[in-house]
Amino acid sequence: MDGLSGKKPAVVWLLNISVVVLVALWLFPTLGLFVSSFRTSEQITSSGWWASLFPAEQTLQLRALDPDDNRIETGAGMFVVEGNVLEGDYAEVNIDRWGTSSRAPSAYTIGDTADLGDGESMTLNADGTYIWQGNDDQISGRGQRLFIIATVPPEFTTDNYKNVLFTEGNSEDMAKAFFNTLTVVIPATIIPILIAAFAAYALAWMDFPGRALLIATVVGLLVVPLQLALIPLLQFHNAIGIGKGYLGVWMAHTGFGLPLAIYLLRNYMVGLPRDIIENARVDGATEFQIFTKIILPLSFPALASFAIFQFLWTWNDLLVALVFLIDSSGETTVMTKQIVELLGTRGGDWEILATSAFISIAVPLLVFFMMQKYLVRGLLAGSVK
Amino acid sequence: MHPALLGLITITVGVSGCIGYFYGSNLLLDKVLLPASGPNAGRNISRRELIRPWLFLFPAILALGLYLAYPVVATLILSFQERGAGGVRTFVGFENYTQMFAEPKFAEAMRNNVLWLVVVPASATGFGLLAAQLTDRLRWGNIAKSIIFMPMAISFVGAAVIFKLIYEARPEDVAQIGVLNHLYLLFGGAEPQQWLTIPFWNSFFLMAVLIWIQTGFAMVILSAALRGIPEETIEAAIIDGANPLQIFFKIKVPQIMGTIVVVWTTITIATLKVFDIVFAMTNGQWETQVLANYMYDKLFRANDWGMGSAAAMIIMLLVTPILVWNVYNARKEMR
Repeated sequence: MDGLSGKKPAVVWLLNISVVVLVALWLFPTLGLFVSSFRTSEQITSSGWWASLFPAEQTLQLRALDPDDNRIETGAGMFVVEGNVLEGDYAEVNIDRWGTSSRAPSAYTIGDTADLGDGESMTLNADGTYIWQGNDDQISGRGQRLFIIATVPPEFTTDNYKNVLFTEGNSEDMAKAFFNTLTVVIPATIIPILIAAFAAYALAWMDFPGRALLIATVVGLLVVPLQLALIPLLQFHNAIGIGKGYLGVWMAHTGFGLPLAIYLLRNYMVGLPRDIIENARVDGATEFQIFTKIILPLSFPALASFAIFQFLWTWNDLLVALVFLIDSSGETTVMTKQIVELLGTRGGDWEILATSAFISIAVPLLVFFMMQKYLVRGLLAGSVK
Repeated sequence: MHPALLGLITITVGVSGCIGYFYGSNLLLDKVLLPASGPNAGRNISRRELIRPWLFLFPAILALGLYLAYPVVATLILSFQERGAGGVRTFVGFENYTQMFAEPKFAEAMRNNVLWLVVVPASATGFGLLAAQLTDRLRWGNIAKSIIFMPMAISFVGAAVIFKLIYEARPEDVAQIGVLNHLYLLFGGAEPQQWLTIPFWNSFFLMAVLIWIQTGFAMVILSAALRGIPEETIEAAIIDGANPLQIFFKIKVPQIMGTIVVVWTTITIATLKVFDIVFAMTNGQWETQVLANYMYDKLFRANDWGMGSAAAMIIMLLVTPILVWNVYNARKEMR
C-alpha cells in the first residue's frame, strides 16, 4: 500500500475516513451502554443516548420567589421581588428566550422587560436574575411563572451505580454477584495454569513414547464443545457428592481450560533455547529444578497470555455457571446470570440494565487494556504457526 | 462458610497441593524408589527418566480425560438411552435421534445454525481483514485496532444488553431510544420495528453481535500475518504496475491464505457453540433457535437427557471435520 497511499493525499484521506467509520461503528454500541448507565430513567426513556452528549434545547417552567415573603417595598405602594430563577438545579443553564405565559414561552430575549399590564413588569437577565415589579395587589399570592427556553448542558449522574451496587436489600444484588464471580474466577484461573505448566514442560522437553499422540490429543480436545460435557459431568459431580457449587465450577473450568493452556504453554516452551536446558542438565540440575528455576520464569509471557484468556472466559461465562454452580437458592448467582435475569424481569428498566451490564464488563475491559500486549501475543501463538 | 474464604482456601490448597504433588512425587522417585546410588544406580537413572514425564503429566491427563474425553463417550451413550420410571435408563437405539429429526424446532435450529455458520465466520473474517489492511500503515492504527479488538473482552451477555439497547423499539409517537429505529425512521421508515421478532431477519440481528465480537480477533491475527509478508513481493508488484486492489487480492491474500483458513475455522467453532447470545436475547423465540440453545432447552427445561445428548452429539459431529483437520496439521508440523 505504501507505494500509493504514502503519496496521494486523497487516498490518505479516504483511508483515514474509512478507518474512522469502522472504529466508530465498533465503539458506538459500547459507548451507548456506557452513556446510558449515567442517565436517569426519565432521561433514558425521553431521548436517545446520543442526544445526551450535546446541549439540548428545553423549555423550563419556573417560578419567581414567593412574593409574600420576599417582596420589598420601594415606596408609593410599589413592591419589588428580586432573585435568581436559575439558582440550584439550573445553575448551568443558558437562557435563549423566555416568556411569562405558556402560550408565548419565547416572547422575550435576555434583558427584555415584559409588560404584565397595569404597571406590573418583569425583567430577566442572562444569569437568571430577575426583577419583578408591581403594586401591592400584583406582587402577592404565588410567584410569577417564568417560561425559559434554555440550552441545557449534558447532565449525568452516578446514582445508578450507587443504587445498583450499594443500596441495601436491592433486588438486583449486583454486589453479591460481583463477589461470586470473583470467587469463581480466581481459582479457576490459577489452578489450570499450574497443572498445564508441568504438562507442557513434559510435552516440550521430555522424550517419552506416546508424546506425539498426547500432543495430537490436546489439539483435538481444543475444539471439543463443552456442551457435551454438561450432563456426564453433572452426574459425576452428583455421584462424588459435590453437587452444584464452587468446587464443581472450579473443577469444570480447570478441565475446560486445560487444552488451550497446555497448547499455548507447550508452543512457547518448545521455542526456549535448548542450550540453557541442556547445560542445566549437565550441571546436575534435576528436572524439577530446571522447570521451576528456568522454564517457569522464562515462560512468563505465555503464562500471562493464558491467564488473561482464562480470566476473560471464566468471568464472561454463563453456561458453565448455570450448569455447575447456580442452585435453586440463587445464593451463588454470578453477574452474567443476574443480567440475563434482569433482561427477563426488568427489560424496560434501562438504567438498571445498562449499569449492571457495565459493571460486569468494566473489569474485563480494564484487564484487556492493561494486558493487551500479552493477549495479542497469546492469540498469535495459538493461531498463527 | 463464606464463599470468598472458601475460594481463598481452595487457591491455597489447590496451589500448594499441586506444587506439593509435583515436588513430592519427584523427590519420592529420585530418593526412595529409584535412587541414583547403590548397585543398580545406572539402571535406576534410566528408569526414572521413563517414569518422570508421567509424573508431570498425570494431573493434566486426569483432568482432560475426566472433563473432556470421558464426557464425549458418556454423551454418546446417553444419546442412545431413554430415562424411564425411577431413573432407570434403557437402550433405545436411534430413537432419540429420529424423534429429534422429526421436531420442527430442531429443523429450525439446524437451518439457523447453517445460516450462522455461513454468515458469521465470513463476515468476521472479511471485516477483520479489511480492518487489518486499513489500519496497517496508519499512524493511529494501533489505537484503532485496540478499539475494534475491545469487544473481545465483553461477555456475550453484556453484548446482548448492548445490542438490545440498539434494537429497542418505542411507540411511534415518542422519541426512539434505539439507534436502529431512530435511523430507520430518519431514512423514511414508516413505523418503529421490533427487530428481534421479525422471523428470518432477526437471526441476522443476533449474528451482528457475534460478528462485532469476533472481528477484532480476526483483525489481530490477520494483521500480524500481513506484516509477515515479504516486502519484496509487494515491491515487485508495484514495479510491475499492479494497482492497490490487485496487490491486495493477488499478492497479499494468497500469501496469508493459511492464516485466513485458521481464523475462519476458529470463528466457525465459536459460532457452533454460540449459546449465550440467543439465550439472553430471544431464547429461541421468533424462529431464532440454534443448536446449543436447543440442547440446553432439552437438557434443563424439558429434562430430556436422551434428546439433549443427541443434540450435543450433532454439535460434536459438526465440529469433527475441523478437529481432524487441526490434528492433521499439528502432526504435520511436528515432523
